[in-house]
Amino acid sequence: MTKIWMGAVLIAGVTLSSLTLVSCGGDKPPETAKSEATAPAAAGGAAATPDEANGGTVTGKVAFAGEKPKMATLDMSANPACERAHKGSNQKSEEVVLNDNGTLKYVFVWVKSGLPDGKQWAVPTSTVSLDQNGCMYKPHMIGIMTGQNIEVKNSDPTNHNIHPMPTVNADWNESQSPGQAPMMKTFARQEVMVPVKCNVHPWMRSYIGVVGHPFFAVTGDDGTFTIKGLPPGTYTIQTWHEKYGPMEQTVTVGAKESKAVDFSYKG
Amino acid sequence: MHQRNVGSGLRGFAVVLACCTFGLVIAGALVTSNDAALSVPDWPLSWGKLVPTLEGGIRYEFAHRAIAFLVAILTTILAIRMRTRLAWSALALVLAQAAVGGMVVKFVTPAWATISHACLAQLFFAVVVAIVVDLYSVAAPAVMRSPAPLVAAVALFAQTILGAAVRYGLVLPVAHIAGAAVATILVMWAALSILMQHMENATLRRPAMLLLSITFSQVFLGIGAYMARVAYSEAPQPMPVMVWFSVAHVAVGSLAFGAAVALAMIVYCQPRSETVMANRGIVIA
Ligand SMILES: [Cu+2]
Repeated sequence: MTKIWMGAVLIAGVTLSSLTLVSCGGDKPPETAKSEATAPAAAGGAAATPDEANGGTVTGKVAFAGEKPKMATLDMSANPACERAHKGSNQKSEEVVLNDNGTLKYVFVWVKSGLPDGKQWAVPTSTVSLDQNGCMYKPHMIGIMTGQNIEVKNSDPTNHNIHPMPTVNADWNESQSPGQAPMMKTFARQEVMVPVKCNVHPWMRSYIGVVGHPFFAVTGDDGTFTIKGLPPGTYTIQTWHEKYGPMEQTVTVGAKESKAVDFSYKG
Repeated sequence: MHQRNVGSGLRGFAVVLACCTFGLVIAGALVTSNDAALSVPDWPLSWGKLVPTLEGGIRYEFAHRAIAFLVAILTTILAIRMRTRLAWSALALVLAQAAVGGMVVKFVTPAWATISHACLAQLFFAVVVAIVVDLYSVAAPAVMRSPAPLVAAVALFAQTILGAAVRYGLVLPVAHIAGAAVATILVMWAALSILMQHMENATLRRPAMLLLSITFSQVFLGIGAYMARVAYSEAPQPMPVMVWFSVAHVAVGSLAFGAAVALAMIVYCQPRSETVMANRGIVIA
């Protein structure tokens, strides 16, 4: 009996040692989520804002050239309040949303590199809304600057927990009951992208692009994007789609110049 | 192990605790498989209440907490009544497990806490199984020369660690699959060596056959869980087939580890009395 008891203690010791090893290797951020540790404007000094009148503009559209993917219908039967919100219509997953003009919705587009080193950019005072409505995130994807406020709302008659899953920012998980006041949240470090999920309703997922400057956009119903007020220079423009991943192109814009950069995902 | 009189009430109580603990393992697996651990962001209260609104993932997480509370109470009662090292170990484990469970919630599922939680669950279940075996005085006194039963138990426990690490995406499934092959061979070594030499002894034959059949079932459940995982890798939410295969795989994994611990107890431990010694004495090569 003593031997067995000692064996159990030994196993526990081995477990703890293994855990130390396992946990040491488990928290590395993936390659796509590298932070450039961009400092937001709050650090002091004169913070710049995009010069929309004299700066360069990059526009474009994100096309989809592959076979149209069939999106799964979400099963909301685990929560009748969610089901009722859609009144019998089938809510599809928003992982891939194809626009009527053959472009992709919910593609994050941002200036990955090329901006002047060490330049401080003013954090917009406007808040970006992330609503939980019909047990879906509205919108499915948002972009914010580091330090910019996100207003997280619950428009549903049901409980949600908001759980971002960052790799370089701090983890948090908070509850929001029906009728509870919106909560203001920020992310301190650049991270493209931060997935957000609700564990009460495991189909709920959204993505937040957190960037250390104001040059980013999310494609909408026409699949286009516009990034204005860029200082003259050569930039790497990166797109990011939750299923199809990132794409990059380089573009050079001068003052008051507009360049078109189109992307096409093959599926 | 000191000698004492064990009433049938205490034995029954320990069996009830073992069943509740197995239920707790299933409830925990349901939480993990449904990705519901953080559906209740506070601890020890749930959404600021003793009983939250039971909807969506909250149902799984709250059921898990409620069964865990029951198991902790039952373990405390058993430890106070038994006052043995095993019983105190069980109490220490269940309290540590509750604390780690709280940390999983408070620190938003850090890898060290989630894996510890999964492993402590298996250890706790094994200790409860050991208590039951001990209370029923099941022992085949032996001059044990083969380390096979103990090695098999350690291998099955290592598999539960690897399995948890795979579930949390910390290691590739191939490590767990390779571990399954090794663990199965070790279980066969332990069980078949006992069966070949002591088929006539029911005290040894039954747990050995039980361990073999549970382990083989576990291999097939593992294949099913992996195939379901691959088949539904792009599903926007946990799919029932995937959930049930994963839950069954975790639950039967616990049973396999519990059976291996029971077999090791029966093989290595000394019987309570000379009568048992005379009736069941055996030597294992
Ligand atoms: Cu929700």
